[in-house]
Amino acid sequence: MTRDLLHGDVSVGDTPPPLGVDVTATTVVLGALASRDWRPMHHDKDFAVERNGTQDIFLNTPNQAAWFERYVTDWTGPTGRLGRMTFRMNTSVFPGDHMVFDATVTGTHVDAVGCGWVELDVALMVGEVATTTCAVRVALPVDDDDNPWNRRGDAWRPGTEGEGST
Amino acid sequence: MNDTPATDLAAIPTFVLDRVGQVQYEEEGGFPVEHGYIWTTCAATENGNPLFWDADVAADLTDGPIAPPTMLSVWFRPHHWSPGRTEPAVPLQAHFDLKVDLDLPEAIISSNTITFHDPVRIGDRIRSRQVLKSVSEPKTTKLGRGRFWVIDVEYLNQNDALVGVESYTAFGYRRNEGGAS
Repeated sequence: MTRDLLHGDVSVGDTPPPLGVDVTATTVVLGALASRDWRPMHHDKDFAVERNGTQDIFLNTPNQAAWFERYVTDWTGPTGRLGRMTFRMNTSVFPGDHMVFDATVTGTHVDAVGCGWVELDVALMVGEVATTTCAVRVALPVDDDDNPWNRRGDAWRPGTEGEGST
Repeated sequence: MNDTPATDLAAIPTFVLDRVGQVQYEEEGGFPVEHGYIWTTCAATENGNPLFWDADVAADLTDGPIAPPTMLSVWFRPHHWSPGRTEPAVPLQAHFDLKVDLDLPEAIISSNTITFHDPVRIGDRIRSRQVLKSVSEPKTTKLGRGRFWVIDVEYLNQNDALVGVESYTAFGYRRNEGGAS
């Protein structure tokens, strides 16, 4: 078993390995129901086509968030703790699409309370189109004794910009 | 986008301005956080993170099982049906209120930020509350003329600990007429 990523292992410009997934109707419906999203455009093709004017049912936003989380923590390992995600949805993902997640590290810093943060720009691509982009802030251990999950109260500052950058 | 002052939109009513910073629509989710939905979500995304599958890893890292952070809103979504309900529940009611109160019939969510605080644990009862943070001066975009507003949905557990905040930036507008952009 490989050890989890440490903050010092990461540099600006690093590119975590891409993740490719073939999207099926099951992918869309299972994701919608897992996220308790009962709206018909995520399980009823006739509704999606006739009422929404889309080509098919499409991935819902909360399930996309779960895919982004999976992609990032595949890279960090279980000690990686998400702090913040900012989404921008450009277009939809349909059955038959091959979606690819890729990312670039855009920043690293250790904050004033010693938490090691990594910033990533993650894209969900279908072909050449970035259907959704997501700016992710994730905390990584600064050394083998650190565990971001142990941070509570003032020791966990996921919304504070990068003071104390290193 | 431009922010040329215009007289075409009515001033923001005082009762809307009074809402800024006030807690609205505080509600509790319909059921406690449960492991089944966590596994179903991990299965739906082929997420093998041992934190959600291996009790020993969860005990070691997080003092017991937790939910994936991005499941925050799952614990608050209403059942598709429940006894006695005749109208579907509307999420983000504060947003729909603004559309009516500002007389802006169309709206889009332009961005969504989720900030994760204390982990959500099995058995937690999550409640949410909506807070209007701001309403902008009139703006013109390619969609039309209207106002941006920011609404935070705060999620707390049964101990009043903040577990996350979803911040929505929306643009409520009237469509451009005559094809103007």
